[in-house]
Amino acid sequence: MHRIEVSLKSHLPDARGLGLVKDIQDLGITTVSNARVVDIYWLDADLPSNKLELVCNLLADPVTQEYQYSSSSAVSPAKDEANLHTVEVAYNPGVTDPVEETVMKAIQDMGIADVRAVKTARRYLIEGQLSEDELDTVSRRLLVNPIIQHVMKSEQFVFPRNPQYSFRLNHVDILKSDATGLAAIGQQFGFSDDELQSVVGYFRKQGRNPTDAELETLAQTWSEHCVHKTFKGKIRLGNTVIDNLLKSTIIKATAELNKPWCLSVFMDNAGVIDFDGRWALCFKVETHNHPSAVEPYGGAATGIGGVVRDPLGTGLGAKPIANTDVFCFAPPDFPYEKLPKGVLHPRRIFKGVRAGVADYGNRLGIPTLNGAILFDERYVANPLVYCGTLGLIPVELSQRGQQKPGDLVVVAGGRTGRDGIHGVTFASEQLTGESTATSYTSVQIGNPIVEKKLIDVLLQARDRRLYRRITDCGGGGLSSAVGEMAEDTGVRVDLDKVPLKYAGLSYSEIWVSESQERMVLAVSPDCIDELLKLFASENVEAAVIGEFTDDRRLKLFYQGNPVCDLDMKFLHHGIPQVDREAVWTAPKYAEPDFAPPTDLGEPLLEILGAWNVCSKEWVIRQYDHEVQGGSVLKPLVGKTNDGPGDATIIRPVLDSTRGAIIANGINCRYGDIDPYWMAASAIDEALRQVVAVGGSLDRVALLDNFCWGNTSRPEILGALVKAAQACYDMAVAYGTPFISGKDSLNNEFEADGKIISIPHTLLISAIAVMEDTSRAVSMDFKQAGDLIYIVGATYAELGGSEYLRTRDLVGNSVPRVNPKQARALMDGLSRATQKGLVRACHDCSEGGIGVAAAEMAFAGGLGATIQLKAVPLGGPIARDDFILFSESNSRFLVEVAPDKQKEFEQIMKGTSFAAIGQVTATDKLEVVGRKGGKLVNRSLDELKEAWQRPLRW
Amino acid sequence: MKVKTLILRAPGTNCNVETAFALEQAGAGVTTIHVNQLIRGEERLADYRIFVIPGGFTYGDDIAAGKVLANELRLKLGADIQQFIADGGLILGICNGFQVLAKAGILPWLPDGVAPVMTLTNNDSGKFECRWVYLAANEKSPCVFTRGIERMYLPVAHGEGKVVADPKVLPELNAVLYYTDEHGDRLAGYPHNPNGSMGNIAGICDATGRVFALMPHPERHIRGSQHPRWPGEGAKEFGDGFQIFRNAVDWAKKL
Repeated sequence: MHRIEVSLKSHLPDARGLGLVKDIQDLGITTVSNARVVDIYWLDADLPSNKLELVCNLLADPVTQEYQYSSSSAVSPAKDEANLHTVEVAYNPGVTDPVEETVMKAIQDMGIADVRAVKTARRYLIEGQLSEDELDTVSRRLLVNPIIQHVMKSEQFVFPRNPQYSFRLNHVDILKSDATGLAAIGQQFGFSDDELQSVVGYFRKQGRNPTDAELETLAQTWSEHCVHKTFKGKIRLGNTVIDNLLKSTIIKATAELNKPWCLSVFMDNAGVIDFDGRWALCFKVETHNHPSAVEPYGGAATGIGGVVRDPLGTGLGAKPIANTDVFCFAPPDFPYEKLPKGVLHPRRIFKGVRAGVADYGNRLGIPTLNGAILFDERYVANPLVYCGTLGLIPVELSQRGQQKPGDLVVVAGGRTGRDGIHGVTFASEQLTGESTATSYTSVQIGNPIVEKKLIDVLLQARDRRLYRRITDCGGGGLSSAVGEMAEDTGVRVDLDKVPLKYAGLSYSEIWVSESQERMVLAVSPDCIDELLKLFASENVEAAVIGEFTDDRRLKLFYQGNPVCDLDMKFLHHGIPQVDREAVWTAPKYAEPDFAPPTDLGEPLLEILGAWNVCSKEWVIRQYDHEVQGGSVLKPLVGKTNDGPGDATIIRPVLDSTRGAIIANGINCRYGDIDPYWMAASAIDEALRQVVAVGGSLDRVALLDNFCWGNTSRPEILGALVKAAQACYDMAVAYGTPFISGKDSLNNEFEADGKIISIPHTLLISAIAVMEDTSRAVSMDFKQAGDLIYIVGATYAELGGSEYLRTRDLVGNSVPRVNPKQARALMDGLSRATQKGLVRACHDCSEGGIGVAAAEMAFAGGLGATIQLKAVPLGGPIARDDFILFSESNSRFLVEVAPDKQKEFEQIMKGTSFAAIGQVTATDKLEVVGRKGGKLVNRSLDELKEAWQRPLRW
Repeated sequence: MKVKTLILRAPGTNCNVETAFALEQAGAGVTTIHVNQLIRGEERLADYRIFVIPGGFTYGDDIAAGKVLANELRLKLGADIQQFIADGGLILGICNGFQVLAKAGILPWLPDGVAPVMTLTNNDSGKFECRWVYLAANEKSPCVFTRGIERMYLPVAHGEGKVVADPKVLPELNAVLYYTDEHGDRLAGYPHNPNGSMGNIAGICDATGRVFALMPHPERHIRGSQHPRWPGEGAKEFGDGFQIFRNAVDWAKKL
């Protein structure tokens, strides 16, 4: 056994250590002056010193680092001097660290074959006065996540040996169980009473007890995550009974719109639309909430890794070309003392999630182009992590494949370990204070390079037509992937043929493991040799684990022993439809009664600095948004590349000027007042962004992602119904079909008998095809002397606004949408940008006209004056502050050159619009009230600083 | 006859497609080859005139960025690469390619057993950052890739791009590109120098000028509409990075 320590040479600044010092200061501990990080490698080997030196020179950079090694299994004792503290952190047994595999490879490249295993650890040297309690706080809050790591004390280091597994078939006795016994079985596998009835009935008819694998399979397949039983169930709301909410709202809109460019909707792993006749785009957004709550880095990384495999598993496999990320957290300044037990602080969740998404997405070489971050205290225990991926696929390969009986089942990519066992049932359940302690097997660290290798080789196999069908291995593992794929044929699988990370897994663990980076293929026996050879040529593992049959049964074997034999019809259609009550009563909030301030500059600064509005540059810069070379309009725009762009545009096909626009809409605050208008607003916002950057409504497809509280509570289900109904109404009215979606329900947390439910949160993602990207428009003001128009009427709609939030108010007048009027003005604006009449355009969202004008001004480095009396109103508004900060939907601020004024007004005729100001060559934003007098008179620097300061981390 | 160009692919390479596109636009005939194909002898470096190691996170950048691919190239293809350079071939390393070339001891070239003098390490900011940077070319550089180029505006996207070397050897690194601000000032500091590179160095070459590596991504600015401010300033036909590929192809044509 060898221990190698690699550290930076002492005269060099340690960037990782300095980051830690900053994080420690953020905890309120100010006595730490310096920190350094040492990388530890344990080698399971007995190498002569010349070989060990070679390995050390691999692990340490000779210019910047130094190393020391020992051949002892003892952890170096902590050198706790008065002002130097040592914490050494290692991964828990069973956590797969990708670095270990890479180090093994590099050592083998050097011709050193006798290293049996490698483990890594990290040693933190912290300088400064710290009490034992403070050191413990630092280590708990910053250095160690007990889910995957532990602090090494002075014990001996040992390479964990995995237990061997010897086969024993487990039956679950349901035939002889009494009611209590059955209830316990139902609880163990997460079946509802009705579901358990159905299961018991099935096996009684068979005259036998089920195996554990059979019950696991049913539990996974029937989980909320996989089958969306709430959305497909029966819902009673007042006198109406809704049979399948999904089909009667979201899918119905798509069917009615019947767009010929929708190539594949709601049936594959992602929705697919035609891009240019030759290529198609597929788009999917997923959530990875619960794993991110307990292990933010790993949870978020596997979230992005998982959604990337959705387009890859759509049709015959699409190339991932862009990612989107939307996060919802509690505010970063949430008081530690208010944190529920067992919950990580939002700041740590935020940082971990950001790092997980960036590390995984950047390594895959997929640009992260679009996103949003929302903050609300109710996300404290249930943060939301939405990850989306856009894929590009030839049109002729965009339909889901179909295997034939006799085709082989191939699992490819990563090996199977104990990772994420029961992740799906975990995802569908309520979190509690104990979740972090009990759910460790549900979380894992992803390995993006395994996924990248898999993508590279799969796309070659696709182009050589080496497989007939592909799907991703996600929630529910092989159980869901193979089970769903084989529904129309049948399948037999030999579970002992699945390549494992380590020995010791039972047949049922292999079957439900959610290890990442795996795809399942159906391969004709004629192609199997070529396929396996191709995969091997790039060191990607692939194994034949079974074959598709024609008996419509799911048959599993382990070392030749049958362990599962289920009828496909029962597996996929035996789940009883849920029947739930929903109610909806509109809440009533206090109306604002404060006097209008005379200086609206103050509230404007406050709103610009609000967590939901402030600059997210800190996050965006750490994502690669340029890779793949398609960028046309970037997430950050303007004179110094730091203004908030509305939507991003890429050219997915490098030699074509045609573009894809990616946008999103989300605002949970409106849902507190009315979920219907929240959903309508989210759709309107996503479409506004598409139009603002120069796109049109001609070819826009939408995705829905519902994250909701516990829908077995009638009032929460009622809100879901209202939101879904708005999705139908708006999609039809705007002519923008939904092509795919996902829901994550039961996002509530119980602590000390108190339930914290997340706000109803609907993310709408939009993908639009743009014919000519040379017409793209950015949001920054470009030329002094230009006119500023507002397009769209302003109403006294302050309910749920950022302005009222500054007064801790919610209000009741939630922004509504009139899609008929909105569509007319969006179409007009699209025509204007097509003709090159628009120099800059920004949609009005949180903070209304005030925030939009400020952002356009400081992004362009140009001043502006706005006359509130010129703003067209949809109804009477008594107060100037309400005009400035109203969040009415379907509005844009538009910069138009004076010589284009006539043409622009001609095109916009018949819609509600007006010139309300001018771009100026000053460094000031001025807003003039209806009675004259400057309500806002602030320098661009001051406004920009307010907007940038909060997240300048 | 198009200039035969080899783009190297390894586990984690992720800029090969747009780099191939840039070179094809510049008139090269591009073949993308997996490192395993070279090691197995299915493809030979000697059959190509330009050898490009594009950006990415090879082998996850585990241990250190580019280190594991560098180790592999040095040990398994070192002689072929040395011969390729001796025969007059061109080598271009972009971002991760720079990290690989530096850590393999290919640029600057190190005879076996000689300790390296420079490396690329963690950015001073401690984070991966994607941002656009202004660059000035060293007019005295023999680099064939930057002929005729004075200034460029290109994006960087890396977490380990800081050039570190013994100050004594810094002048011997053959700096080709320096980070500057928009006015050309080399001492403008962060974020103009996005990683804290010593000497504000963004790219270096060997004494022949035919082996060149840089942290910024020229392949991400080959058309005008990749410029972050083209909607306001207007789009030129070609982006600043395109000339690098054209220079390479023009030079290799003469070989």
